[in-house]
Amino acid sequence: MDQYTLNLIFVGATFALYIGIAIWAMAGSTSEFYAAGRGVHPITNGMATAADWMSAASFISMAGLIAFTGYDNSSFLMGWTGGYVLLALLLAPYLRKFGKFTVPEFIGDRFYSQTARLVAVVCLIVASVTYVIGQMTGVGVAFSRFLEVSNTTGLLIGAAVVFAYAVLGGMKGVTYTQVAQYVVLIIAYTIPAIFISLQLTGNPIPALGLFGEHSASGQPLLQKLDQVVQELGFNSYTGHHTNTFNMVLFTLSLMIGTAGLPHVIIRFFTVPKVADARWSAGWALVFIALLYLTAPAVGAMARLNIIDTVYPNGTQGEALAYDERPDWMKNWEVTGLLKFEDKNGDGRIQIYNDKSAAFEAKAAANGWNGNELSINRDILVLANPEIAKLPGWVIALVAAGGLAAALSTAAGLLLAISGAVSHDLIKGSLMPDISEKGELMSARIAMAVAIGVATYLGLNPPGFAAQTVALAFGLAAASIFPALMMGIFSKRVNNVGAVAGMLAGLIFTLVYIFLHKGWLFIPGTNSFPDTIDGSLLGISSTAIGAVGAVINFAVAFIVSNATEQPPREIQELVESVRIPRGAGSAAADH
Amino acid sequence: MDNKSDASGYWSANIRLVLVCLVIWAIVSFGFGILLRPALSGIEIGGTDLGFWFAQQGSILVFLGLIFFYAWRMNALDREYGVDEE
Repeated sequence: MDQYTLNLIFVGATFALYIGIAIWAMAGSTSEFYAAGRGVHPITNGMATAADWMSAASFISMAGLIAFTGYDNSSFLMGWTGGYVLLALLLAPYLRKFGKFTVPEFIGDRFYSQTARLVAVVCLIVASVTYVIGQMTGVGVAFSRFLEVSNTTGLLIGAAVVFAYAVLGGMKGVTYTQVAQYVVLIIAYTIPAIFISLQLTGNPIPALGLFGEHSASGQPLLQKLDQVVQELGFNSYTGHHTNTFNMVLFTLSLMIGTAGLPHVIIRFFTVPKVADARWSAGWALVFIALLYLTAPAVGAMARLNIIDTVYPNGTQGEALAYDERPDWMKNWEVTGLLKFEDKNGDGRIQIYNDKSAAFEAKAAANGWNGNELSINRDILVLANPEIAKLPGWVIALVAAGGLAAALSTAAGLLLAISGAVSHDLIKGSLMPDISEKGELMSARIAMAVAIGVATYLGLNPPGFAAQTVALAFGLAAASIFPALMMGIFSKRVNNVGAVAGMLAGLIFTLVYIFLHKGWLFIPGTNSFPDTIDGSLLGISSTAIGAVGAVINFAVAFIVSNATEQPPREIQELVESVRIPRGAGSAAADH
Repeated sequence: MDNKSDASGYWSANIRLVLVCLVIWAIVSFGFGILLRPALSGIEIGGTDLGFWFAQQGSILVFLGLIFFYAWRMNALDREYGVDEE
């Protein structure tokens, strides 16, 4: 059976499974549509949260980011998992107790302010839409590479599948599909990693293999990797080469941003009890950790494998002849994501750091005239099974896994958007008297429109699609997280303080990102270079969310203390949110 | 054990627990993983130093332990103070 047929079978079978689940789990009430009827088991919810959270970025890009930078990109590993500690300790149980359907609804009720609710809706929609564009482009790429259809056809198929299970099933359909998608994506991620770890270290657990011994040389794997990359003029893999202060802030921004992302928070509204919300955050991190503990091993091993492929006789020996290059290089050259340019005309592939001044003399002595192979970081995980010469079904599985990661996150984001539009905008302010049936219909229409917009933007991605991820995290960190946390942990913060704090955090973060990435991301309109050293405060624009959050907290406290206390009933509301007893009845109100 | 059912006692016990957990959370990630890494460079693990391990794996494992510990302790506190859901 050829590769194309295998890919078709694997992807087709998983899609049929998702749609089957959607038909079985069709939502009949708003409670089922927004919160799956609050009947989801904490372990099930943990698995769904893991799929919801792990996007195309985690599945496809993260290992590549770590592979080509090493230690310095550990921020992604710590940041994207550390956020769950904040979520479990500071937000999830209390928001579950509050017992409503959306994040803006909590902010609006707690700060007794329609303005606060609308500010939260705007933050939520901007953060979620920018995030969803990335998922849709990921779906297009995976389809065009593995099913050999055009990007457009691939995207339309993906959109139709999400439409089927998210619009029909709402949160209930999405939850159970995400469980299936988690299983597909974790198997797809782990199997190639196990094979590669066995080949390189003899250890079947990649996370342990990373700190194990490199079988071929007898040296520890990481020591071997440090040695070969330095022989080619690159920074050592395990060394710390980035600005320490910025690394701390970047990690913190990713943590706070993760805890403030609405599509993750609403998952904790689906469990039956407050105690379940606490357990469920732990289970979510268990399922996330299975991938995140494997990712650094995948990154390091892939880097070593690529160098070994190009320098079969060691970095001091002759480089690989272009005519003898392996099939995976040929396959990826077709996509343009891997490029070879024979700069010195010797017919061989040289990889080295041509930006290192210290290495220049050595390169000249070897007759090298610049780095000749450029590899897009995003192909690393997808090409991994081919690099390790694994059987065709593994490649097909990885294709299905990448699609599962992108589709599950897209569905979660669309659900958060449709909830904000139908529940907070339409029912909350435009048409408060709308019937439950009408609200359910408007939620489905909002979802369909959101899918349409996301598909359009996926087909015509604005040039800044990748950069807007920083915006999504920055907004979540600087506006949503502080407002939620103060709403629970302070009885003193009032309506004026919360709105002033959110706006201050939001505007500061937005302006800082625009100053470095260009106003509305238009190239050339930035006032400062987008690097750590050239930036306004010595902080990169991706790490500014943490500062925005601090500003939000500070402004909210100062303004609240200068104005009136929140009314008696709001203080009682805060008291009741802090105590688990009675959460069941809060749910029954709906 | 309904005799301890005072809301402020429950809440301050919770705050103490959260603070302890967050201190550990910060020490393993920002501390061992980044700022204190040079101080730990003497401790070797698998061809590199302990700080690298904390940055890439150790902190994630500690985060997991923290969340389950917090859930277990809080669910016990809920019962102790009689504020759990029946």
